[in-house]
Amino acid sequence: MSTITPQKTIREIQHATVRFCGDSGDGMQLAGTQFTNTSALAGNDVATFPDYPAEIRAPRGTKAGVSGFQIHFANKDIFTPGDQLDALVAMNPAALATNLLDLTVGGVLIVNSDEFSDKDLKLAGFSTNPLDDENLRRKFQVYLVDMTRLTRLAVEEIGLGTKESDRCRNFFAVGLVYWLYDRSLEPTLRYIDDKFSKKPQVAEANRRALKAGFHYGETMEMFASQFRVSPAKLPPGRYRNIMGNEATAYGLIAAAKRSGCELFYGSYPITPASDILHELSKHKNFGVRTFQAEDEIAAITATIGASYCGAMGVTTSSGPGIALKQEAMGLAVMTELPLVIINVQRGGPSTGLPTKTEQADLLQALCGRNGECPIPIVAARSPADCFDTVQEAWRIAVRFMTPVIFLSDGYIANGSEPWRVPDASAMSPIEVQHPPGRSDGSTFLPYERNERLARPWAVPGTPGLMHRIGGLEKQDITGNVNYEAGNHQHMINTRDRKVALVADDIPLQEVTGPERGKLLVVSWGGTYGACATAVNDVRELGGDVAHCHLRYLHPFPKNLGEVLWRYEKVLVPELNLGQLRMLLRAEYLVDAVGHNKVQGRPFHVTELVEKIQQLLQ
Amino acid sequence: MSVDTALKILTPNDFASDQDVRWCPGCGDYSILAQMKKVLPTLGVPPEKTVFVSGIGCSSRFPYYMNTYGIHSIHGRAPAVATGVKSFRPDLSVWVITGDGDALSIGGNHLMHAIRRNLDINIVLFNNQIYGLTKGQYSPTSPLGKVTKSTPLGTIDNPIYPLSVAIGCEATFVARTVDTNIKHLAMVLKRAAEHRGTSFVEVYQNCIVFNDGAFDYATAKDTKTETTLELEHGKPLIFGKNRDRGVRLHGLDPEVVELGKGISEDDLLFHDERAAEPSLAYLLSRMRYPDFPEPIGVFRAVERPMYDELLNEQIAKAKAKCGEGNLQQLFESGDTWLVE
Ligand code: SF4
Repeated sequence: MSTITPQKTIREIQHATVRFCGDSGDGMQLAGTQFTNTSALAGNDVATFPDYPAEIRAPRGTKAGVSGFQIHFANKDIFTPGDQLDALVAMNPAALATNLLDLTVGGVLIVNSDEFSDKDLKLAGFSTNPLDDENLRRKFQVYLVDMTRLTRLAVEEIGLGTKESDRCRNFFAVGLVYWLYDRSLEPTLRYIDDKFSKKPQVAEANRRALKAGFHYGETMEMFASQFRVSPAKLPPGRYRNIMGNEATAYGLIAAAKRSGCELFYGSYPITPASDILHELSKHKNFGVRTFQAEDEIAAITATIGASYCGAMGVTTSSGPGIALKQEAMGLAVMTELPLVIINVQRGGPSTGLPTKTEQADLLQALCGRNGECPIPIVAARSPADCFDTVQEAWRIAVRFMTPVIFLSDGYIANGSEPWRVPDASAMSPIEVQHPPGRSDGSTFLPYERNERLARPWAVPGTPGLMHRIGGLEKQDITGNVNYEAGNHQHMINTRDRKVALVADDIPLQEVTGPERGKLLVVSWGGTYGACATAVNDVRELGGDVAHCHLRYLHPFPKNLGEVLWRYEKVLVPELNLGQLRMLLRAEYLVDAVGHNKVQGRPFHVTELVEKIQQLLQ
Repeated sequence: MSVDTALKILTPNDFASDQDVRWCPGCGDYSILAQMKKVLPTLGVPPEKTVFVSGIGCSSRFPYYMNTYGIHSIHGRAPAVATGVKSFRPDLSVWVITGDGDALSIGGNHLMHAIRRNLDINIVLFNNQIYGLTKGQYSPTSPLGKVTKSTPLGTIDNPIYPLSVAIGCEATFVARTVDTNIKHLAMVLKRAAEHRGTSFVEVYQNCIVFNDGAFDYATAKDTKTETTLELEHGKPLIFGKNRDRGVRLHGLDPEVVELGKGISEDDLLFHDERAAEPSLAYLLSRMRYPDFPEPIGVFRAVERPMYDELLNEQIAKAKAKCGEGNLQQLFESGDTWLVE
């Protein structure tokens, strides 16, 4: 414990979950990001969950316009952004109405009381002022702060208009929460300097608002106590905070370097995948060519063109865009070109819930195309894991000359966690071969295969290797158009076998926990954190349960069946109606049961714990 | 690279693949293929530096018949595939072979965007005003009222004109030619190849099976001098067997006039393929038989920055400014902390 000044007590806690919420124009995402970075820099493990509406500016003050950012920070390894909130900052009545349910009884509730006029209340659907409710005070530690007035006062001298002044309220709120959790202002002050370097007035106003919030907490002595979360004991190394989409972009750049290919990235803007495009477009000095296409189909077909020419071809979208790309994915299968197709999944079907998470595109990835059209599938499990998994996608793509689907989701794409920065010089190369030119007049055979059934990647510009590829069925070896019955059967089998061979090239499936026993929890993708935490919690209570998380979804690791059969029961929690469960049942004839939820939100650990305990009884 | 075929004298045979050509006998596509093989050796680009990209349709089988690199892609997407090829490898000579259905119906969006980006590619649209490969449905260029398999009572879709579309998309090179006029066809293909930027060429192509004679008016020996008008840069618009008729401007509209009788060549419209504004090219693209002779030749040829060049320039500039990308620096950008 650090020194404690007589006026204030600091309580050491292991972890806390805080949510900032307000109108989508209130800068809550920025507030959350700042709190996250500061906590990460203080050495905590962090996990975040930004949650914002699909509308850029829904009507002000309405429930539809509420934007929130949740941070879980801890002095130990954590994998989820937390179920229940220890502290909630609500900037208006709509935010209070939509978020209060998640606040733990006895938790800290900080409210901007200036925004509770009759009009504000009506917009949020309140007939009476909830702040007057005695129950509220009984249930939570309620702090009403006239943030609008205080912020205006703090920035008064700078001479900004009311609108600009009010825009600093998020920094006031952050400052106040910094005081509550005994955080340093330094990282955010640095951020403000950097971000508003061209607008010194705005920078100064934000600095003042931040400090005013912090000092308010200090001088008003309003909180019962301050809290402190000490640094987590993470493995030694240099760390930074990273979001899933950022990690995906870095992984792509790293994979390009490792394979000696230049990255061609074809994409059409779509939530929640666009940030990968934004990030990559900043790194042209890595030879990254980003192509913002006219549509999803152009994005993938241009990428196929570039891949034919030797590029590391990558295209990205979310569910609806992937649906549009499927015909071209078939072309990539037929032409046997390496390609990475990224799907940052969101709530579906159709336009669905653009800004909410879901993992209901597994079957789309596996069987969304016409014909027998196998494509290997890998899925990332956390924001930082996107970095490794997307590189694995490219490794498989070039090793087997095949498109590979990489599944991410809105939750890990926008969420963040500390990432131990890898040593770039220690990264192994990804081997890529382009056959050399020839002048002996011999015929080049574009569909001649190696032991992995991969065909040669001959690129235009190479003398003597001129060849034509396309979507029509090809004769094996020669690559000539061929309609013969026997050849078609042979090619269908060959493409299928080739993808099946990937199983020889990936690690065996591992489990956490007992090698055999009562219950195995099987998960994939972004639900890793909730599943791992829930299994761990139940085991600490003495439950006989193990966890197996799949990175490779097609083909499955070779030993998966044998792993599943070692347990009496198999539980597959998924944010869909049971897609992986169906595959496991079909493939391995196990009587797997599901825990399924499709609400656009990640699992709570508690609901999984309950389900596991129920199955263990 | 061990060999450079550019050093040897290339012949049409160097560009011919060993595949049997499977178009219907008498199809206009044969003539285009023959002229392409004749023109390519004159460009100084070896087969291995040439890529043919196509979509779906009769014309789109074209790449299989060329001994170059080639992609027979999916319906309508050839301009997008070619965009990837050319953006990544600006050193390659890239041709898109497409048809009226492929380019203007299912692939309209890609055509528009490839043209506006002005990639240095050549798009050759074989216009036969019909869907051939699917056996005879009307296409976006079929004339109104056309009776086809899918329109027994005649089409009710207004047709579009490929060159007008291209001009609307800010095309920098627009030309038209006719499958049977082989000299003219070769000349236009060569000009298209030499143009820096997207070249858009419409070829009147006869589909002998499903739409035979659609362009008879423009190809028949006895009428073609009356029904077509060969454009020449800087020259007045004159046509007719005896070159006694011309086109002049009346207000904003063209009109056909007879020379003599007080009208001299100087009164006629003069062709200017390099005009800054595309108004003249557009006006020419709207001239339809039988009211007007249909212009063939180069309508428009102007310079504008090219997407592939700009993209690769940005890469080069970024490398010059920030140095070749350093992974470690990238990973450690922003705030980091050390755990001991
Ligand atoms: S159907 Fe028509 S366009 Fe197609 S190959 Fe036959 S003649 Fe040519």
